[in-house]
Amino acid sequence: MQQSAKIERQPGFLPRADFQRLLDGVVKSGYQLLGPVVKDGAIQLMEVSDARQLVKGLTNEQQPGHYRLQQTAGERLFDWNHGPQGLKPLCFAPHEVLWVEQKDPLSFTTRLPDLKPTAVLGVRGCDLAALAIQDRHFLHAAGADPHYRQRREQLLLIGIDCAHSAESCFCASTGDGPSVNQGVDIGLSELDDGFLVWSGSDQGEAVLQQIDLAAAQTQQLEQMARQSEQAAQEQQRKLPSAEELMRLYQRLEHAHWQQIAERCLGCGNCTAVCPTCFCYDTHHEVSLDGLSAQNVRQWDSCFSASHSSMGGFKVRGDILSRYRQWLTHKLAGWQEQQGRIGCTGCGRCITWCPVGIDLTKESDAILWEGSLDE
Amino acid sequence: MSDLHLPRTAVIDERIQESPTIFTLRLRFEDAAAQEVFEFAPGQFNMVTHFAAGEIPISIVNDPKDSHYFDHTIRVVGRVSEAMSNLQPGDRVGIRGPFGRGWPVADAAGRDVLLVTGGLGCAPLVSVIRFLMKRRNQFGHLHILQGVKHSNDLIWREQYDTWAREPDVNVLLAADVVTREWHGQQGMVTELIGQLNLRHGRTIAMLCGPEMMMLAAIANLRDLGIADHQIWFSMERNMQCGIGQCGHCQIGAKYVCRDGPVFCYSELADLMGAKGF
Repeated sequence: MQQSAKIERQPGFLPRADFQRLLDGVVKSGYQLLGPVVKDGAIQLMEVSDARQLVKGLTNEQQPGHYRLQQTAGERLFDWNHGPQGLKPLCFAPHEVLWVEQKDPLSFTTRLPDLKPTAVLGVRGCDLAALAIQDRHFLHAAGADPHYRQRREQLLLIGIDCAHSAESCFCASTGDGPSVNQGVDIGLSELDDGFLVWSGSDQGEAVLQQIDLAAAQTQQLEQMARQSEQAAQEQQRKLPSAEELMRLYQRLEHAHWQQIAERCLGCGNCTAVCPTCFCYDTHHEVSLDGLSAQNVRQWDSCFSASHSSMGGFKVRGDILSRYRQWLTHKLAGWQEQQGRIGCTGCGRCITWCPVGIDLTKESDAILWEGSLDE
Repeated sequence: MSDLHLPRTAVIDERIQESPTIFTLRLRFEDAAAQEVFEFAPGQFNMVTHFAAGEIPISIVNDPKDSHYFDHTIRVVGRVSEAMSNLQPGDRVGIRGPFGRGWPVADAAGRDVLLVTGGLGCAPLVSVIRFLMKRRNQFGHLHILQGVKHSNDLIWREQYDTWAREPDVNVLLAADVVTREWHGQQGMVTELIGQLNLRHGRTIAMLCGPEMMMLAAIANLRDLGIADHQIWFSMERNMQCGIGQCGHCQIGAKYVCRDGPVFCYSELADLMGAKGF
């Protein structure tokens, strides 16, 4: 996948000192620009217009249950990997009104979000792949979701190849990174002296036409390829193959599930930071005068007690069955639903798990340890 | 784009109290054109919204040929169904649907049909029994087995008596706890299956009730030589969106609200009865 992406790329070169020109081109094209800044000690997306607002010379240390930003001696803008959220909150809003109802006479009206076209700077390969998965979930023919679609269609995605991997990254084993390889409007690869820049869509091309790009040199293209190879080689974690992961369903009684349940707090952090998790709950919020109400959609988690609730009975009453639901769905059930696993190797569930549960190690243990082989 | 999350308003034309806790609402869409095009199959359900209280999945129990209305039989089990129990003719509710896959009535054509219900308010199966009774010449022998916990729980008693009088229909009732007036058997509904003379290769089974009861029935049916693909049942899970999107009702890779609620045993055999699925 990386190979074909490189063939498709026909990048130009933008010197580091001229990076502001890209931002200006985006803003002049009518987009509000979300870019990486440091907030609450983590990389997060905030509205920016000036390249000086962007993080610079920062890298991230990501390990099980551990996230720290560190200053490097360098000038690079994208030497980190990601913060706690990918693109998910931008399309599948954490909390949004789907419709409002009036009591007398009873009537229902769709409430769609009112949004400006939004460009996102610094999107990673894992998150682009995750967005494609969410697109299939929310936009499939039978249930195309107008709220998701409205948000999705506003996005201009500016992707960036990862030049390094964090310790919790394993996108090479899922085939989704470390370079960006699908769904970008504009692609970037950061080199020491500047950026290779290419368009991946008509919208991206329209922005780049406003910017004078120099021709890319062969050695720059080689450095781009070398960086991606190096980032992939840095990865220590990997998932079993998709075929092997299907066997999780044959090992539902493995003793290791209980071992995980004894560590798991059932907090749902993994599902909140996962860029593909899609479960949601809806509830009614009634106005103070009791004459109207709104139907609100909010992210849910298969770790919540109410997720499997039917009347008083819970299908999944304990943490063991909730973790098992999450992992078997993510890595096996998803294959039947979407033709691929529901994990793109971003490693956020490992980093942001308060007790450092690592799905790559847990699935290894369930598949390869013990005596339940058929 | 149509918004599948958005309910349409429907008016209550009639309200029937079936038992102290069970009632039926006869509804029609306020928009006559919407009512005109509304089509459903036995076993499908609507999401029914009560103003400010919430939304719950409810089976459609009338005949699909009734084009001027649709019926929901509801048992009071929680906050939303309790609010709905106070609705009166002329009141309005919100409706989304119909959703899901219903009973395999086309597959059942020309076959004997065994219908096994355990417990109260199993509206999904009542809908298909009514469907079959109205089209008797298209189907073979009907075995209707109904089990309840207490003999006083049985609703639609007269309906069972009416069905039992039809040719080529046998109705067997069972209750765990019985009163003197009970003319059915005492025990589990699944125990009745062994008393039947099922014709191999001709019988299709449709089950509805608690999972433990359905699992027991499936085991009995398989012992009797009924093939897995001829055993169908309606599953219950936490269904909220109706369109395979919110994630709550999944059993493995299946969305009960979209791929079911009626499933064939061969589709769910691996996870049926597995705790937590």
